[in-house]
Amino acid sequence: MEPVLWALKTDKVKAALKEEKRLDDRALDAYRDIEVSNEVSKNAEGSARVRLGKTDVIAGVKMILGTPYPDSPGEGTISVGAELHPMAFSEYEFGPPKPDAIEVSRVVDRCIRESKTLNFKDLCIKEGEQIWICFIDLYPLNDDGNLFDAFSIAGLAALIDTKIPKIEDDKIVKGEYSGKLKLARQPLLSTFAKIGNTVVLDPTMVEQKAQDARFSVATTDDNYLCAFQKGGFGGFTGAEIDSCIDIATKASKMVRKKL
Amino acid sequence: MAKKDEKIDYVKNGKRVDGRKVEELRPLTIEVGVIDNADGSAYLEWGQNKVIVAVYGPRELLPKHKQDPRKAIVNFQYRMATFSVPDRKNPRPARREIEISKVCSEALQRAVFAERFPNTVIDVFVQILDSNAGSRAAGLSAASVALADAGIPMRDLVASTGVGKAGGEIILDLNKFEEDAPDAVDIPIAIMPRTEEIVLLQMDGLLTTKEWKKCLELGVKGCKQVYEVQRAALQKKYDAAGAVKGKEKKKEEKAAKKEKVK
Repeated sequence: MEPVLWALKTDKVKAALKEEKRLDDRALDAYRDIEVSNEVSKNAEGSARVRLGKTDVIAGVKMILGTPYPDSPGEGTISVGAELHPMAFSEYEFGPPKPDAIEVSRVVDRCIRESKTLNFKDLCIKEGEQIWICFIDLYPLNDDGNLFDAFSIAGLAALIDTKIPKIEDDKIVKGEYSGKLKLARQPLLSTFAKIGNTVVLDPTMVEQKAQDARFSVATTDDNYLCAFQKGGFGGFTGAEIDSCIDIATKASKMVRKKL
Repeated sequence: MAKKDEKIDYVKNGKRVDGRKVEELRPLTIEVGVIDNADGSAYLEWGQNKVIVAVYGPRELLPKHKQDPRKAIVNFQYRMATFSVPDRKNPRPARREIEISKVCSEALQRAVFAERFPNTVIDVFVQILDSNAGSRAAGLSAASVALADAGIPMRDLVASTGVGKAGGEIILDLNKFEEDAPDAVDIPIAIMPRTEEIVLLQMDGLLTTKEWKKCLELGVKGCKQVYEVQRAALQKKYDAAGAVKGKEKKKEEKAAKKEKVK
């Protein structure tokens, strides 16, 4: 869409927010409808599709054998990648990942990694020699805003679905599994857009276009915070951050029920 | 380095492993105007971190389709020198550097009156020469001084620091040893000190809401300490420049008087 058309639409968003209203009639602290399904791909060790309103994304997990980093010989690891595929939005294009794609994948990575939901020691097969690398790859199918949360829900749902391949003679036996991946907790991102002086949860694309700043907070089911990321050109007050954390803690509980 | 399972007191009798107090920054110095070709520049040392920053602009942004007719774009580029970390760093910008560059650009964009310079770019090149945890805070703090040195109108300086947790203790400006604690939480934060508006905030690690509130309070305090050093550095350069100009003027006046007498 042309920038001028976005400008007209974002004006509407801002005008409505002056009366604390959103164009889709949602409360400021409400998520859109969430639908989670699994079995996107049989070849994946785990997969999930998440619809967050009109935003639609897919996550797939592949468990690959690798060698450990020299500074952590007894630990496996994860790797999160996101490709902003041009099928999902007119502004995306093929090519090496741009800062936006790198940022969202690194924030989802931190949300999962820093929550310590995966015990990296469990992902070690033979100390100093062989480990599991858990690749979590994220693709948007349709981006109507807030890929951060959609990706984080899909990533977690795919991990919950993940089976660990069977190993024989240091090699993976295709199609056979030794068990499920163990998760200690359920970390989820909650992302807010600050538009003027109003902060809204789970922004749509047009709200995202209207936003001055963005803030994501990752919370766990046992009430820890495990990641923050502020983005966008504006700033937040300390009180706004605290309020985001409160809302995220409550809202993410509702999201977990869908998993 | 200590073994991972070994119990370490990160704060003992009010002192940290490197002898600092809980609320104490590592030694911080900033020098303004260190790169002759640049429109503005700064050199910063913060503990073992050493950072040099050059600002070019506002200048025309090319290619033209990247221009914004409403404002200047602040282009903060964070790079680590290959020798600035224990193992040699691949010179190709890593994903980490690209993400840091993005969030720091956005933080500075808030501070700069960008709408005064449409269609331009303000390039901020940040080179890390040596590092020991907290290099993005160092780079960002130095960058805002270099922007001021370039004469770019700003709402305020951007002051940044790290704050977080090691061994259960909430501490300011973690060094690498503290950042490697098994329960470490690292929170880079940047504010515009006059309004305390948060323009950069990241976190990783497990933290309770109560601990976060302590971190925020301590982080804001730390940023304000950085702010004092930033202001003093700018004042030093421009006071010195003023003094030189003053002296030259007096000399000229004296010479003129002599001429008259003759």
